[in-house]
Amino acid sequence: MPTLRWMGYPTPMKEPPTDPIHSDAFLTKLMRDQLKLSITCTLCFAVALIALPLLNYWQPELMARRIGGFTLTWLILGVLFFPFVWVISYVFIRRSIALEKAEAEAAKDGSRS
Amino acid sequence: MNALLAMTVDPWIAALALLTVAVTVAMGFWSAGKSKSAGDFFVAGRSVSVGWNASAISGEYLSAASFMGVAGMVMLNGYDALWYPVCYACGYLFLLLFIAGPLRRFGAYTIPDFAEGRYDSPLFRKIAVCFVLFIGFFYTMPQMKGAGTTLAYIFPGLPYWAGVVVVGAVITLNVSLGGMKGITLVQAFQYWLKMFAIAVPIFVLAAVVGHYHEHLGANRTAQEAGRAIPVEVARSGLPAKAPTDEQWIAPFGSLTTKAVDNALKSAPSPEVKSELEAARRPYSLLYTYSLIIALVCGTAGLPHILVRFYTNPDGVAAKRTTMWVMILIGVFYVFPPVYGVLGRSLTPELYDAVGAKGTDKVVLELPTLLAGKDHPLLGSILSGITCAGAFAAFMSTFSGLLVSMTGALAHDIYGRILRPQSTPEQRLKAFKWSSVIVGALAVALGTQVEKPNINFLVGQAFAIAAASYFPLLFMSVWWRGMTMKGAAAGMLGGGLAALAAITLTTLSDVYSVKSLADFWVAHPLLRILCEQPAIWAVPLSIGLMIVVSKATSADVPADVRMKMLVLHAPEALGLKQEYIKEHEGLGH
Repeated sequence: MPTLRWMGYPTPMKEPPTDPIHSDAFLTKLMRDQLKLSITCTLCFAVALIALPLLNYWQPELMARRIGGFTLTWLILGVLFFPFVWVISYVFIRRSIALEKAEAEAAKDGSRS
Repeated sequence: MNALLAMTVDPWIAALALLTVAVTVAMGFWSAGKSKSAGDFFVAGRSVSVGWNASAISGEYLSAASFMGVAGMVMLNGYDALWYPVCYACGYLFLLLFIAGPLRRFGAYTIPDFAEGRYDSPLFRKIAVCFVLFIGFFYTMPQMKGAGTTLAYIFPGLPYWAGVVVVGAVITLNVSLGGMKGITLVQAFQYWLKMFAIAVPIFVLAAVVGHYHEHLGANRTAQEAGRAIPVEVARSGLPAKAPTDEQWIAPFGSLTTKAVDNALKSAPSPEVKSELEAARRPYSLLYTYSLIIALVCGTAGLPHILVRFYTNPDGVAAKRTTMWVMILIGVFYVFPPVYGVLGRSLTPELYDAVGAKGTDKVVLELPTLLAGKDHPLLGSILSGITCAGAFAAFMSTFSGLLVSMTGALAHDIYGRILRPQSTPEQRLKAFKWSSVIVGALAVALGTQVEKPNINFLVGQAFAIAAASYFPLLFMSVWWRGMTMKGAAAGMLGGGLAALAAITLTTLSDVYSVKSLADFWVAHPLLRILCEQPAIWAVPLSIGLMIVVSKATSADVPADVRMKMLVLHAPEALGLKQEYIKEHEGLGH
């Protein structure tokens, strides 16, 4: 029967060596690129989440307009929001995987040169 | 009582529900034999594929709130309740964008593992463990309400508390025998059972009694009031307790305006009344935004969901899993509101009932209407199917929570804090005993919440998660300057403040505390801010993290760059470090 061993405590991770992969510049670029992609995607759905209550507040008649039995706002929130979120997540995952691949190749090239 | 039960129990409904329980328990026992090591028990040996894992996460996530609560709340409150399913799904997107990949790359079994590993602090682990239990217990209460409601529906003579006790005991036994490896298989199966159980009956029902858009179209908006509009479906008369069509179908209805409406009923003067009238819609908007923040951020901070990301083989798989979870749960969430809309037209008598007999049981009740349309057998079978889905819903979520909370007790409190020198056998024994303790406590709490709506209770668990775990994870993953003191201050400050505010409103509602009720009537804005605290508790938590971390910047872990590299660097670079490994030479 195995047991569990805690690797992080009490010995903290060793300070990284000074090659390009472990450099501060590489980490800063890595985090900046990833955060930029995540924030861009967040803005797309955050705008929709913030705008819909505001439209309901300021434009109640427009949002109550009927489309095939549904009110416009019910159709958006109860049905259309889900595919909208799928599209954002699909785009994010494709770009995120491509970004990671590019980062890994750039880092390996950098450490070889 | 036996004679009464025998007379009123529909054999189809009882048989299908029983079959679900039997299959779940059998699968738990069967896979228990495959869980050999402690690693198997906690995260299924990290060998679960994307498809299995996505189905299992969805199965675990789609709780009684999703299966029964959303429909009940849409029937009760109309449009405003739609924010729940939408934000449950959107929360996953947030998780994907900021947390899923880095967390998996960091490599740890639980969130307390992450908390300790990121800050090299066993003290912080203890603080983080407390929130697994706080959030977990808040989340188990609505599952227990779902169990009590469903059993009271199947066996009409059975009291609510008996259903809670029976279901709680069965699930606790299953978890203590199977561990998480058992649960992965069961959860994945239960997602597909729930999808089948929510979708098939509503298609059949709609074909007989009218479609979603037709029943929705029968509710007049404020603009249509007084106008003659053609109604395509038959509707039963609404009781006095039901909200009017205009209130129900439009935004800012009874859910978000309840606090002001209560205050209006006892406004002392016309001036106060007009002030409250003017504040009604702005307060309602505030409620809506606070609810959105709680649900979106709360999803990203649910401890029993996050632990599943560690069962992905790598960060890319974790991201793919999240994408598939969003598709699976998104498709599911289209259906519960349909039950709510049809329920308003066809079973309005539920508005008059409270607790286990109220709108939370519309999903179970609606298919039986087919009996009145000359399809008695079909009605019983479809109602049996929705009951089976409800069982799958609260069983799977309760199981997942129980594993998480038991893990916190056995793995963290017993294995790390109380008995660090314990043997693996003792730890496995502790896991089993912990599950019994947590299960018993959850049952005891569950018996106290017959009155509140299932979905509302879940929303409150999300608010606590949003103000505690979400800021911890988000800030720890993306900000190098965070210190342990900052993280702890933020998590404790925001999380405990949200917990206190929510406990205050829940207590006053469940136990009808008059002095508190009077206070809420006099201060409707405070009632909204306590009922939905995310709008202030999340910024409070993040603000505390920033301020305290800046003040203690000397305590930033010395190896923070390496930790950040592990969190963010592509796995192809080989920087991944596993924090917990099985002891070399002691493998089974």
